[in-house]
Amino acid sequence: MSLELRSITKRFPGILANDAVDLSIDPGEIVAVLGENGAGKTTLMNVAYGLYGADEGSILVDGEPLAPASTTAAIAAGIGMVHQHFMLVPVFTVAENIILGDEPTGAAGWIERKQASDRVRTISEKYNLAVDPDATVEDLPVGVQQRVEIIKVINRKARYLIFDEPTAVLTPQEVEEFFHIVRGLREDGKGVVFISHKLDEALEIADRIVVMRQGRKVAEVLPGETSEEGLAELMVGRPVELVVHKGTATPGTTVLEVRDLVVVDDRSHRACDGVSFTVRAGEIVGIAGVNGNGQSELVDAITGMRLPMAGSVLVNGEDVTAAPPREMHKASVAHVPEDRQESGLVLAFSVAENLVLDSYYDPPYSKGLFMDWSKVNETAAQLVKQYDVRTAGISVPVGTLSGGNQQKVIIAREFNRPAILVLAAQPTRGVDVGSIEYIHSQIVAKRDKGAAVLVVSTELDEVLALADRILVMYEGRIAGEFSPTDDITDIGLAMLGGGQ
Amino acid sequence: MTPEGSPAPPPIGDTSSQRDFWRRVTGAGSSLGQALLLPTLAFVTALIIGGLIIALTDLDALGRLTTEPGAALADMFRSVIDAYRALFVGMFGSVQAISEGLFSATPLIFAGLGVALGFRAGLFNIGAQGQIQMGAMLALWVGIYVTAPALVHIPLALLGGFVGGMLWGAIPGFLKARSGAHEVITTIMLNFVAFYFMQWLLTTPTLQQPGRGNPVSMPIQETAQLPLLFGEPYRVTIAFVIAVGAVFLVRWLIFRSSLGFELRATGYSQQAARYAGMNVSWLIVLAMAISGGLAGVAGANQIMGLPPYDASPSLAGTVGFDAITVALLGRSHPVGVLWSALLFGALKAGGRTMQAQAGVPLDLIVVLQALIVMFVAAPELVRVIYRIKPKSNALGAQAGEVS
Amino acid sequence: MIDTQTASAGDVKMRATADERRSTAIGVVLLVLAGVVVWVFGLGTEPGESASFGLGLPGSSSADLKWVVDPRILSFVVAGLLAYLGVRRIQRARPTWANAALGLGIGLFVLSFLAWSAAGQSFSLVGMLRSTVTSSVAITLGALTGLMCERVGVIDIGIEGQLLTSAFVSVVLSSAFGTLAGVVGGMLTGALLGWLLAWLAIRFRVDQIIVGVVINILALGLTSYLASRILTVAQDLNAPERVPSVPIPGLSEIPVLGPMFFDHNLFVYGMFILVGVLQIALFRTRWGLRSRSVGEHPKAADTAGINVYRVRYRNVILGGLIAGFGGAYLALTVVSRFEENLTGGIGFIGLAAMIFGRWMPVGALAAGLLFGISTALSAKLSVLGTPIPSEFLLMIPYLATIVVVAGLVGRARPPAADGQPYIRG
Repeated sequence: MSLELRSITKRFPGILANDAVDLSIDPGEIVAVLGENGAGKTTLMNVAYGLYGADEGSILVDGEPLAPASTTAAIAAGIGMVHQHFMLVPVFTVAENIILGDEPTGAAGWIERKQASDRVRTISEKYNLAVDPDATVEDLPVGVQQRVEIIKVINRKARYLIFDEPTAVLTPQEVEEFFHIVRGLREDGKGVVFISHKLDEALEIADRIVVMRQGRKVAEVLPGETSEEGLAELMVGRPVELVVHKGTATPGTTVLEVRDLVVVDDRSHRACDGVSFTVRAGEIVGIAGVNGNGQSELVDAITGMRLPMAGSVLVNGEDVTAAPPREMHKASVAHVPEDRQESGLVLAFSVAENLVLDSYYDPPYSKGLFMDWSKVNETAAQLVKQYDVRTAGISVPVGTLSGGNQQKVIIAREFNRPAILVLAAQPTRGVDVGSIEYIHSQIVAKRDKGAAVLVVSTELDEVLALADRILVMYEGRIAGEFSPTDDITDIGLAMLGGGQ
Repeated sequence: MTPEGSPAPPPIGDTSSQRDFWRRVTGAGSSLGQALLLPTLAFVTALIIGGLIIALTDLDALGRLTTEPGAALADMFRSVIDAYRALFVGMFGSVQAISEGLFSATPLIFAGLGVALGFRAGLFNIGAQGQIQMGAMLALWVGIYVTAPALVHIPLALLGGFVGGMLWGAIPGFLKARSGAHEVITTIMLNFVAFYFMQWLLTTPTLQQPGRGNPVSMPIQETAQLPLLFGEPYRVTIAFVIAVGAVFLVRWLIFRSSLGFELRATGYSQQAARYAGMNVSWLIVLAMAISGGLAGVAGANQIMGLPPYDASPSLAGTVGFDAITVALLGRSHPVGVLWSALLFGALKAGGRTMQAQAGVPLDLIVVLQALIVMFVAAPELVRVIYRIKPKSNALGAQAGEVS
Repeated sequence: MIDTQTASAGDVKMRATADERRSTAIGVVLLVLAGVVVWVFGLGTEPGESASFGLGLPGSSSADLKWVVDPRILSFVVAGLLAYLGVRRIQRARPTWANAALGLGIGLFVLSFLAWSAAGQSFSLVGMLRSTVTSSVAITLGALTGLMCERVGVIDIGIEGQLLTSAFVSVVLSSAFGTLAGVVGGMLTGALLGWLLAWLAIRFRVDQIIVGVVINILALGLTSYLASRILTVAQDLNAPERVPSVPIPGLSEIPVLGPMFFDHNLFVYGMFILVGVLQIALFRTRWGLRSRSVGEHPKAADTAGINVYRVRYRNVILGGLIAGFGGAYLALTVVSRFEENLTGGIGFIGLAAMIFGRWMPVGALAAGLLFGISTALSAKLSVLGTPIPSEFLLMIPYLATIVVVAGLVGRARPPAADGQPYIRG
């Protein structure tokens, strides 16, 4: 009795996502699969769930081979998966989402709604997963949506449950609650796979930890036999060094001042609810917080990508509230956006075009409608060299570069000009370790040249390593100000809305 | 956070589909060899299917298929050969034929450029038909009511065409910028509005030919008529030269100018364009306006470029829809548009000969056009038919990156 | 601030304002209509002149039934009602009723307009209502086709081409083998083009709008080619038998409603039944749930074990069958012979009706009827000799659709994955 993945190999164009990976899960145990972004964890699990077919290898459920690339077969064999991006239809009700694919029906496919609601209620009571079967999913908070996902999987009679980065979207209390649920599932005899890149969580919840790196399984350990440091070394292949070398800050005058800023998100909810803070020249202020507490909207509002509803933004004492991005650019504000592929780059544009993406309109690149492309190429060639962008040339589409090099293109573009204020949102998200160090050193160098720097990151480690002053955002407000030397538990508590 | 390994399907969202759509209509990522091979194969395949259609609609032969199958099949084969011989003679067989091809290509170049420019800015302008009609109306008015020497009158009337199309094209641009209304829907709807509006305009005393009950306009003044390029009997006018000039102007505009940089950035990713400080709303309106303006010039050409130099509801013919196929076949590249317009223009000219000499209706050309575009839009289909190994394309490389 | 309750409720307020703005906009529109009714239709009629509306069809038992009104008086009543509705809108009472109020308002406006047009004459109101229904059939069927496709995430711009091609096939087969063969052949033709759309869009991931455009051009070229190459020679292939009306006993005798709804051919009844069946099936059955999930979030459907591609193929082909039914209707009952470009844009009005009806079968029917009025009216207006050119009435469906997609009368929300290819693994 077990779910066994045997020597799974999966290739995508230009990448070996899984290289002969073995994994087995027994009923009644929790297996954590640890690895960095891009280590191949999700791919492996998508193969197990039948979303992809493996190029080599086989999957056995209780000794029986599983038909490849068929979610239907996987579900029938008792495999269930809760994806990182929830697989819920936003406009459907909770009950509709849960029964989808296995509907209680009468004649002519008529859906028995009452029976559906009853099913949901039964499961939600048994596993302590409170949901309203008739609520529309898009109106529910993320934590509740996750419960819906879990009920959905249980409803399909899954015996092996795969959770892909389940805690990424949760607040710490919700994480505790989630662990409670997972342990309940284990008691019930289910086999649970827990994919994560968070060491502490894996150590806390797992009975067994499998570590993956670059598509390979590099280790299988028991939580009692290892430590965070040991796991980290296994994950990245060398001892991690999250220390950024920097001297002490010498803050000067106030450059950025944000006063009582109110910003609403796309769904008209107040994402920032009266945020005030300042950033001075020559210091790095880090904003920490769990994803989705208003950080994105805050940066959007400062940079002019989103109109604030109230409050003001001042740069060097000048009111730039609701100034469009072009004006902020002219006011010497550099912006490394959170979403590199959607905002920061035009993926189909060449490296050269991306390097002048926000400065093309003025001399020396443009005079009116006329552009001086030789000047553009000249600058591009120089920046590629200076910022160590690994590319086949300045005319290749930037979309063909690796994530780290794409980010370097943005850094090169934004850091190349004299900026008085630097806003860097998730500057190292999805970037390889080498590039992370490089980007961090560039940010520190910018500070040392006297720029005011605001770093927003959901990785607390990054904020701790970079910032001279730390602000924690929680539910649209600044929940506390800390120094990087403060007790980390206090900061963590503030991120959860406690400790005030 | 993006899914690790990022081999996964692109996230479901507007920008990614926009990017994907863009890649399709511009053929980004294909090498030059592929770029030429594909249209050639598409053309050949369309001709083969067209041949089958001709053969299978040869009623005489069909009737005898059961009684004397051999002769019937031979007849069918002969009717295909006859039709295609006439087609090619009509396309390239004489100076007259080539002139006819250029004549028919002229409006296709203008309107095709318009649609292509829209594609480059990420906009699917299905409204060329309506923009042609509105451009024609303004050009008509200028042609009738402005009195000036030809040297002034002709540019003025062409400008009138541009402005008419521009204003009509700006409407869906404005609606999209303002409220996100999809330009495919609004331009389709505006095509019909334009048609009825034009039909009404042509019955007003300002434009209608006195004594006519049906919607036909007065002819424009002689000074607004486009001079023939090579004189009688060749119908090609100087508008063809202007069209070729427009090709290179638009190429410069799209690929070299700062405005083109902005338009292309908007076309790929509105989000990134906004981030880069571009005024996306304005760019959408502008792109649609220029796109419509170019189509409007095609409309002016339909009045100024051929006798009897007046306007009737059918003035646009199918130019507005052919323009879409021209832009698609030309991969939204101005020079590509030129070549595909020349091809489709020649096909049209050849089709007229085919109809006259072989009795095969001109509408077959429309079928060929549709098939060519279908095959060009589905390169994989052509690869399957001819068993060509696909090359790894830009998307593969993109999917290979680790995020 | 009239509504303090919502204003104080933080987040809720933001959402309500969009609805409230819309409500105000509709209110203003209604007031403007009221003004037009009074000044143009009321004061524009000679006092004492009356309009006579025929309520029965000639030859029927209620042939002499008439409703004689004074357009002036009617216009004042209508204007009063419009003003009331408008003020209520501006007061923002029950925002969800906004569209109902607008629909009612337009109906009243049209009535007053007709009375003004028919002043001093008699006008067969029932005839117009009846032809509203008959002109709505193909529009509604086209809208249902679009809806079947878009509900599973496939955009079908090619409805026009599907209607046209199936109309051609229906004519030929019906002429050769009888009506039934014509209808079945037409439906299969529509389905074949649906399959082509699905095949190119799913298998080859061709942009769906491009496929639709190609289908339209192909259909126009092919049918025109075949018509001039075959039908001009073999004219007996262009002479289908007209499909007869089948009055429903009893119901067809009801005044006004009888001739409107219960005295038609089987196509019309089929359309009404189809609307009802689809409306229920889409929201109450397994098929509907799965279809909608594929249109909203195909990956979620996939992870729930639903074969996204199969669902898309199936629904697009089913939609093609509906389009074929509509094409057969056009060819066999409305025109009764094939002419070049016989559809003349009805497929696009269908597309418009789908959007106007917000991707709901019942909405598609309502929009189809509304657009049917403008078609029916434009045909009757020349008889009445009103100063309004029929061209402007013919524009109405298209303008109405632009108004809807531009969000002026409430934003229509298409299925989330509409038009997006689903790429698996």
